[in-house]
Amino acid sequence: MTKPSFREEVANLLHAAKGSPLSACIQCGTCSGTCPAVEFMDHTPRRMIGMILADYKDEVLASNTFWYCASCFHCTVRCPSEIDIAETMYALKRYSIWKHEYQEGLLGPNFSETFVKTIFRSGRSYEPVMATTYLFSANVKELIQEASMATNLMLKGRLPVLPPKIKRLENFKRMINRVIPLGGLS
Amino acid sequence: MRQYAYFPGCSLEKIGLSYNISTQETAKKLGIELKELEDWNCCGATAYAHVDELLAYTLCARNIAIAERENLDLVAPCSACYKNTFFTNQYLKKDPDMADHINYALEEDDLHFSGSISIRNLLEVFTEDVGLEEISDSVSQPLKDLRVAPYYGCQILRPKKDGEEIEQPDFFENLLSAVGAEPVDFALKTRCCGGSLLISSREAALSMIHNLLKNAEDSGAAVIATACPLCQLNLECYQNQVNQEYGTNFSIPVVYFTQLLGLAFGIPNKRLGIGSELIAATPLASFAKK
Repeated sequence: MTKPSFREEVANLLHAAKGSPLSACIQCGTCSGTCPAVEFMDHTPRRMIGMILADYKDEVLASNTFWYCASCFHCTVRCPSEIDIAETMYALKRYSIWKHEYQEGLLGPNFSETFVKTIFRSGRSYEPVMATTYLFSANVKELIQEASMATNLMLKGRLPVLPPKIKRLENFKRMINRVIPLGGLS
Repeated sequence: MRQYAYFPGCSLEKIGLSYNISTQETAKKLGIELKELEDWNCCGATAYAHVDELLAYTLCARNIAIAERENLDLVAPCSACYKNTFFTNQYLKKDPDMADHINYALEEDDLHFSGSISIRNLLEVFTEDVGLEEISDSVSQPLKDLRVAPYYGCQILRPKKDGEEIEQPDFFENLLSAVGAEPVDFALKTRCCGGSLLISSREAALSMIHNLLKNAEDSGAAVIATACPLCQLNLECYQNQVNQEYGTNFSIPVVYFTQLLGLAFGIPNKRLGIGSELIAATPLASFAKK
């Protein structure tokens, strides 16, 4: 038995996506032309698909491309080959979190994990916890901007003071445990 | 009377509270009963699916199963809540094996997914279920000459469901016209606000917000209307930072479409949450109920 290639591994992560396989890509670049964040990406979405198909595993995981996907699904709906490109970006995020391999300095992986842990603990999301992901890496100017905005939101009664939680939290945690055992998280 | 299971979602509890209360007020005016989903949980936004796909579907399935117990269609005002819940419902209906697995997890909360209800967004409920005629009939204060940029954002339209028009939709414009407002030609109306990139990739998000604000201003809009709490937050609360980053001078109020409808229905400002903006909604002042 040979080990699955990176290309096959990514394809296997797309079990719920209803689009065409990545091999249907005709490299037309509609995705790259559509993507609102493309100018910030190390590789365009088109190139990324080409790299996956060519098994460029290290280069793909080292890039920021999928962490700059905002989940707007504009590429997905315009792809003439009907590849679900945004879901592919999700699959790459999962793969990279799972392998704990991502470009240094990116906030996306930590943000996603913080978010999910917050939900595990309370069943609800809570904005002030989310903001901490960002604040650790913000520069002074950005910190001042954030603090001033938070103050204004607070004054308008738009920031929660206490973290909310659902009532049947114990059932909820056991439910999650049946899908993915929580280990140290629960 | 139309009844729905109402899934407000986490953002509508505080940051988007004005969307929550204006939704309830306008729905009541139109004879819709919104029954809040009992003990609902977070939809996962875009983050669950970054970590585990099955988990993402399980959490949405819990909310769907609670609505099924009430035998009511579910309506979500937030675009992310809507998109996640809608597609979970669709995937689970098509994939009995995955539904079995998730039902095994739901047993822990005495719930069961059977695929018996529809998932709706609020714009659909207003434009399709209620209909524009009934909405026009409820107007007591037409929003005459109010130039509004209809901002659809992403997840109400995308991914595509079933052959509907997603490149040039016009249902939002039609709804605004039905209450007497003047929708402007807003070319970027379906482009992304940056979503959670604001936290994880700030530079990219600010650039996306900048493009939208510039286009809204160029189109002559006095206000931007949104149907999503994250779009509202990004477009309104980060205008200041866009201005600092790009040397611009934007000051465009960003309101929820339900606040506009409420004004046109003669509901007082306070009950619509008008006044909690960071950029004062002054263009709406002349329509406020005295």
